[in-house]
Amino acid sequence: MTQYILRRALQAILTLLVISVLIFGLISSVPGGIMSAYSENPDFTQEDLARLREKYGLNDPVPVRYAKWLLNVLQGDWGNSFTSKRPALQEISDRLPNTLLLMGSMFLVTLAIAIPLGIYSALKQYTFFDHLLTTVALAGQSLPTFWFGLLLIIIFSVLLKTPDGKPLLPSAGMMTLGQPFNLLDRLRHLILPVSMLAVISAASYMRYMRSSMLDVIHKDYVRTARGKGLPEKMVISRHALRNALIPIVTLLGLDLPNLFGGALFTETIFAWPGIGRLFFDSAMKTDYPVLMAVLMVYSFLIVASNLLVDLVYTVLDPRITLD
Amino acid sequence: MDDILNVQNLETRFKVKGGWNHAVNGVSFRVSEGETLGIVGESGCGKSVSVMSITRLIPIPPGQITAGTAMFGGRDLLKLSDQELSKVRGAEIGMVYQEPMTAFNPVLSIGRQLTEPLEVHQGLTRQQANARAEELLSLVGIPNPKERMRDYPHQFSGGMRQRAMIAMALVCSPKLLIADEPTTALDVTIQAQIVRLVKELRQQLGMSIIWITHDLSLIAGLAHRIVVMYAGYVIEEAPIKKLYANPSHPYTMGLLNSLPRLDESEHRRLESIDGLPPILHKKPSGCPFAPRCRFVVERCHREVPALLTVEEDHRAACWVNPHTRRER
Repeated sequence: MTQYILRRALQAILTLLVISVLIFGLISSVPGGIMSAYSENPDFTQEDLARLREKYGLNDPVPVRYAKWLLNVLQGDWGNSFTSKRPALQEISDRLPNTLLLMGSMFLVTLAIAIPLGIYSALKQYTFFDHLLTTVALAGQSLPTFWFGLLLIIIFSVLLKTPDGKPLLPSAGMMTLGQPFNLLDRLRHLILPVSMLAVISAASYMRYMRSSMLDVIHKDYVRTARGKGLPEKMVISRHALRNALIPIVTLLGLDLPNLFGGALFTETIFAWPGIGRLFFDSAMKTDYPVLMAVLMVYSFLIVASNLLVDLVYTVLDPRITLD
Repeated sequence: MDDILNVQNLETRFKVKGGWNHAVNGVSFRVSEGETLGIVGESGCGKSVSVMSITRLIPIPPGQITAGTAMFGGRDLLKLSDQELSKVRGAEIGMVYQEPMTAFNPVLSIGRQLTEPLEVHQGLTRQQANARAEELLSLVGIPNPKERMRDYPHQFSGGMRQRAMIAMALVCSPKLLIADEPTTALDVTIQAQIVRLVKELRQQLGMSIIWITHDLSLIAGLAHRIVVMYAGYVIEEAPIKKLYANPSHPYTMGLLNSLPRLDESEHRRLESIDGLPPILHKKPSGCPFAPRCRFVVERCHREVPALLTVEEDHRAACWVNPHTRRER
């Protein structure tokens, strides 16, 4: 097992190296060059641009710049943001907890909704509730994120008010400005963005859970469990659910990194200062030290979650061994 | 001897597209204490469904038990609530299934699956249950039971898995063991081992057994009494010796004639029964075997034959005595 993890870690390092070459190449070849965000700005003269190019070493050929970047990164220096002048890694570590809070809550809410409803729907197949749930799920799955987000804002921040005339729920940011940190306030700010994401992803997870459970519920070993006289709850929770969760873990693994990408819309609509917006902003400004750092963090998360899923498999399914 | 299980007029049907499939049509049989009853018939004759209906392990819906009683220990199993029934399953009635691979849960260890009934029915602690499960595994002939408890089903061979399945069925010392084609998925040599094992266990533990099979030669050395089923009906019932010596239903005769016999001096062609067993979308108005029967008379198409006494303890559902070709 340890050997397997070590081997996978080595593979991961190679993968990340290849990815870094590719994205460095892509960023360097944006139309208009790295300085394109400034070259259209009338406040910048040609001299300014030349000075900046010199300062950031942009006159070197791309391979040389990549080598310099890599050497610096290996020493822990990811460069400074062009715009804020702060270290790129600092920018990320400021934002990452916000994204993790948002996505973590959303993940928990999604699973808390989708798994019980999916199981219930499967156990009550073809009843009124099953039809209702699957219909709602299909509708939920079809909602465009941005549209649904705006709808939530209109309803809960514009139309509905508290008795003293303030919006029922805040529509933007992580906290009420000018106030010290307050858990209740943070939770209030989380409700809308988390609901928006959770409703949509819970819809699809519920459908997966339902069909996975239906697959399992008619298996021989479920009949065996009943034949042993186990209470129905135990039959479902111990014998059926564990088998039904295996395909769900695959999906979760695939979604884990996607969730960081999906945060872009949410963070933009609800002005949530997370990594998604950092990526968007730095991409618009071709702030390549930050852009490289964000993309490398993404890539790392993808590689890490793949490994995590493979490890979770061995826990869930003893037939799978890693070596 | 006292009956441990007495099933009367059991009827089970399944909802299918555009109607019902009548799988079990008024089946009655009994098992007495310490007795081994063989239920024999072709695939789809309703033998598994009859027995699975008793413990309600058929899928409901689409299945539906429409009539009958199944008296077991002074209660009618068919009238018990789900909760009451689950106290009988595994504790008083042990089940062994046809496919030991799929009947075990692939993600739980053998030990875990064996100890579950003990924890649920007898309230044993994990240690006590483990000790009992190990005892059973060694009783069914699994070497190193302590180590094998930690293994998962896929780490067992087919024969070992079926041994473990039998151990699991017997772990709470049930009064009745129901074995649904337990050897069908196994090699012939392993089949013989399993049959020998069950005979040993029967001697040691004294439980009654219902053994469902389509293999008349396998059941010959095992059962005390045989029930032959066809199209959801019991068509013949007799102690094993009488059935083999004097089969009294054309279908039973056909089954026996299709087997090779060691005591025959000359080689003969093995017989086959022409045609296929019917799938009953409505209850037949005559004998369900009539279309395939050599001895058919006019009455067979009009009336479903009742089980008529042939000799003591031996009954057959046929309007004709196939030996004399005369109507009974």
